[in-house]
Order: sequence, then C-alpha cells, then structure tokens
Amino acid sequence: MTLTEPAGAAPAEETRRQRTQRTRSRSPMKRGMYPFILTFLLPPVGIYALYMLSPYIQAIYISFTDWSGLTTDFNVIGFDNYVELWNDDQIWTALRNNLILLVFAPVLTLLLGLFFASMLNVGGKRRGVAVQGVRGSSIYRIVYFFPQVLSVVIVGIVFKYVFAPESAGGILNSLFSFIGLDGLTQLWLGEPSYLIWIVLLVMTWSFVGFYVVLFSAAMQSIPKEIYEAALLDGSTRFTTFRRVTLPLVWDTVQVGWVYMAIQAMDGFAFVHIMLGVHGGVDGAGDVLGVAIYREAFSNNDFGYASSIGVLMLVLTMTIAVLFMRIMRRERVELA
Amino acid sequence: MSTTTTMTHDHEPDGNGQPPRPVSPRRRTPGVGPGERAISFLNGGFLLFWALVTTLPLLWAMLSSFKTNGEFRTDPMGLPSGLEWDNFARAWSAANIGQYFLNSIIVISMSLTLTMLFGSMGAYVLARYDFPGNRLVYYVFVAGLVLPVFLALVPMFFVVRETGELPLIGPMLGLNSYLSLALVYVAFSMPFTVFFLTAFFRTLPSSVSEAAIMDGCSHFRLFFTIMLPMAKPGIVSLALFNFLGHWNQYVLPLVIMQDGDKRVLAQGLGTLAANTGFRADWTALFAGLVIALLPVLIVYILFQKQVQAGLTGGVLK
Repeated sequence: MTLTEPAGAAPAEETRRQRTQRTRSRSPMKRGMYPFILTFLLPPVGIYALYMLSPYIQAIYISFTDWSGLTTDFNVIGFDNYVELWNDDQIWTALRNNLILLVFAPVLTLLLGLFFASMLNVGGKRRGVAVQGVRGSSIYRIVYFFPQVLSVVIVGIVFKYVFAPESAGGILNSLFSFIGLDGLTQLWLGEPSYLIWIVLLVMTWSFVGFYVVLFSAAMQSIPKEIYEAALLDGSTRFTTFRRVTLPLVWDTVQVGWVYMAIQAMDGFAFVHIMLGVHGGVDGAGDVLGVAIYREAFSNNDFGYASSIGVLMLVLTMTIAVLFMRIMRRERVELA
Repeated sequence: MSTTTTMTHDHEPDGNGQPPRPVSPRRRTPGVGPGERAISFLNGGFLLFWALVTTLPLLWAMLSSFKTNGEFRTDPMGLPSGLEWDNFARAWSAANIGQYFLNSIIVISMSLTLTMLFGSMGAYVLARYDFPGNRLVYYVFVAGLVLPVFLALVPMFFVVRETGELPLIGPMLGLNSYLSLALVYVAFSMPFTVFFLTAFFRTLPSSVSEAAIMDGCSHFRLFFTIMLPMAKPGIVSLALFNFLGHWNQYVLPLVIMQDGDKRVLAQGLGTLAANTGFRADWTALFAGLVIALLPVLIVYILFQKQVQAGLTGGVLK
C-alpha cells in the first residue's frame, strides 16, 4: 500500500510526461510480460488440462467403446452403449431419483432456508418501530450452518444409524418406541419406496443452514427504513415478507436454486454411504453418480459407465441452459 | 457480517422478562398484540426445533463414541455409563484411522498449497494482463464449474495410472500416490479458485502496480511482494473453502487411492462404515467419526465468520 503514495503525491503532469516518454520507447508494463504470463499460466493450465479437461474429452470417446478397463484392446461399438442405457431399468430408476432430488431438494431447502432466515433477521418482537431479529440469532446461525462444513461421509454414517433398526442402534425407532409411537417404527432403509425420500431429507438437513446464512446476509443488507415504513403502514408479518423481503432477496434465491440443483444432481456420497454401491434394497435408491461408479469399478464396464456419464453431462447442461434462459427472461421483464 | 450480532439485543424487555404493556390504545404501536405475541412464541419454537434437529444426531454420535458396544445396542438413547476411551484406541490403530488421518494431512498440505499458489497465479494473470487468448483461457476454466465430476472419473483413473509409467517422475505419480491425489484435487479446485480470485484481483487498485513497474519492479516481484499480500483477504477465505472441500472429498480418493493403507480420512471412514455391519464394532466407528469431525469443528469454531462468508460469498460472486 505504501507504494501508492509516491505515485499519488508526485505532480500529475510530471508522471504523465514520464509515462509517455517511456511508452514511446517501450512500455515498462510490456517489458518481459509474455515470458511472465507464460510462466504463470503454465502450471495451473497444465494441471487442469491433464487431470480435468482431458478426462472429459476422453470420456465421450470411451462411451462409444466396449472397453472393460482390464485389457488394453477394445472395439468401437457405436451407439450400442446408449441403446443399452435406454433399455436398462436400473438407469431409469437412477434417473427418476435424480429428478426427484432435482425438483424437491431445492424447493424444500430454499423454503426452509428463507423461513428460518426471515425468523432470525426480521422475526423478532415488533416493538416500537425497530424491526429486529430474535434473541440469540447469531448462535442459531452458527448451529444451523455446522452440517455444511461436515464431510458428507460423516453425515451419511450418522444418518445410516439414525434410520437403522433398533437392534443396530437405530435412534429414530428407539425414539418412537420411547414416546409410545411404536406404530411408527419401521425398517426405514429396508423399504424400497422410502429410500430416495430419506436421501432427500438427509440432503435437506445438511444444506438448510447454508441457505439460512446465505439469505441472512442478503436480508441484512435491506435498509431498515423499508421495514419501518411497512410496519407503520400496518403491514402484517406475512405481507412484509411477501412484499418486501422476498423481492429484495430474489436474486440470491435464484443463485441458491442453481447451486442446490447442482448438488441434487450429485448425491453420490449420501447414497453410497447410506445405501451402498447397489443403491439399497432392489437398487431403489440408486442415483446416476453411483451407477457410473458401480459400472466402472465393480462391473468393469468402462464404456458403459462413460455413456451414463455423458447422459449426466447432457442433463446438467440442459438444466444450466434452462435456468439461464428463465433468469434472462425474468430480468427482461423486470427491466 | 460484523453488524449481525449487535442488532439483536437492542430492544429486549427489561430484567423481569415482561414486555411493558401499552398505556393507552392511542399509543399502541402497530403489530403488537396477543396475536403477535403468539406468533413470536411460535417462531421461537420453530427455531429451537430446527436447532435440535441439527444438533441431536451429532450429539448422539458423539455420545455413542463413549459407549460400549453392548450399551450402543441395548440403550441407544441413554448416556454412556463410563467413558470408553478404548473405542478411540481401536479406531485409531485397529481400524487404521490414525493412518488415514496422516494421509489426509499429507495430501492436503500439498494440494492446498498448490491450489492457492497456482490458482492465484493464473487468476492474477487473467485479471490484470491483456493478451490474446485471455478470455478463452478464462472461460475454459470457468466451464469446469458446470461439468459433472462423475463423467471424468473413468478416464481420470487411466490418466493417473498412465502418469505412473512416465520416466523419472513416474514413481512419484500413478495410482495410490499422495502427489497424484493432490494434483487431482488441484485440477478440480481450479475452476472455482480461478473464477473467484480473478474477480478479487480485478478489484485491487491498478495505481500500485503501475507505480511499482515504473520503479523498475519485475512482474514476478510485483506479484509476490505486492499483489499477493494485497489479495490476502480473498485468498484466506478461499483457502478455508478449499480446505473443507479437500478434507471432505470422497469420490476422487475412492477412485485413486485403492490401496488400503493410502486411504484418506473421509474415504477410510466410509469403508469402515461399510464393513462395520459384519464386525459389529459400532462404537469404534463412531469414535473414528468423532476423530474426523474434531478438526473441522475446531476450524469452524475458530473461524466461523470467515467460513460462513467464504462458503456463501463464493456462491454469490
């Protein structure tokens, strides 16, 4: 920072004259610039290209082969993998589950996040003209956010045992028995139709805190005067939320939605830890990420695994493009 | 973020907890009444409920790590009768968590250093220098943000295996190598790191660097002695972000570290959980879980403002 002073303190004319003089001969900014740029760009670009970009490009080629991964030779089989994909019921299950997560995870997580964030920031007692958060809101924020910094593996293991049968330490069933609701005890992870919904709940559990903090930051930047004006006009809590808070944090909600949609397309670690590599009972809790891993590293069918990967890429890109179009349209309408 | 805590207690009722009642209907402030109070009460209930939903499973996991296996099975809700430190000993040595912990530290010390160094180098050049292809390189990096990691898994496995065949450096790379895993982490952290830091370097004033160059400072010295220190706030919050990301990474080590002794912590814990079903040593599993959880908990408690700002700020930029 100290270096700004000489430049700023020196008479402006003098520096300008110096600068033009040097530019005429050779700009000092340009001196040694290209070797520098090359040296600085080579390591990051090189590692990125080798370990990340080139695999993506190879994956598309591998998806057209019958490569087992065990041998060096393989045949190019055209679209056979994709035809197999179309006829594979397990892939349809995985796809359906990913779509369930894609639709419900953002809705559930963002609604809860908005609800708790508005409680914390503007939900306090409304006395006088001040709008305030509830008591202890900073502690709530710390507690709510904590699952977000935990490894998904830890979250997965904890909930695997929360939903386990009572004889294996399942705390949820024990809790139900304890409060006399024996009828609600279930073999939670043994019932195929529950699996993906349990994954959805656990995913929501671990992400809500993130959105509480994200939306809190957005709500903190809303000027207090707006709330005071709404309060003086006799606006109810709900109206204030709908007419004031929500429109002013809407941009953040949109960004949060995209981020959660990306998370919902993943779900690998939750499913792999809680339900295992086959996606639980009857494979009912399978997701595409787990299917790719299973086909490649358990079934040694690298070609097929890659074609599932391409399906996932197409899906992700479609979602990204759709979102961008929706957002652009909305921005145009607002303007 | 610094204003968040100060605003909460300004208008709390005085010591006896009773809010003073409005004196006359005319002085009554809008929105305060029995209905309002009921809503406030309900709000508090919801907030407390979610706090319990968040903490109780984790608290239960921590308590379980001190129980005996018998207690865990027969009395899952009770408190442990004594502190079974032996669970931690079994987790640390028999279940190999100690080795995994060490592996994680080795990998992360390399991957975090390289990510931050290379990421800030690339971002700096892309943010501050105008050269042909600048935009192209930038967008190639940013495109990585939307690519699903699973598509890359299979070929990445082979790329890593092939690098093991290289002359000279081969033995250091290949599968089951700390350096390979660290480099893969670096590659997969590049899109976000470059994206975030490019935006950050753009915000720094250009007068400083111009003046330094006028004074004959080289581009290299300018970066390491002036620009890098100036970008410290951005680099710190992103380093926290990457630390958590690398520490918690699961699928990449699952593919690269297939040798049992080379597993990193999250991965080792996952394998332990998968095998615990047969050996029925649940409490050692939970002890291992607590060992893995503690470093993150400590980092979070010490830096919770920065962590929250780093993780959420990243999404917004």
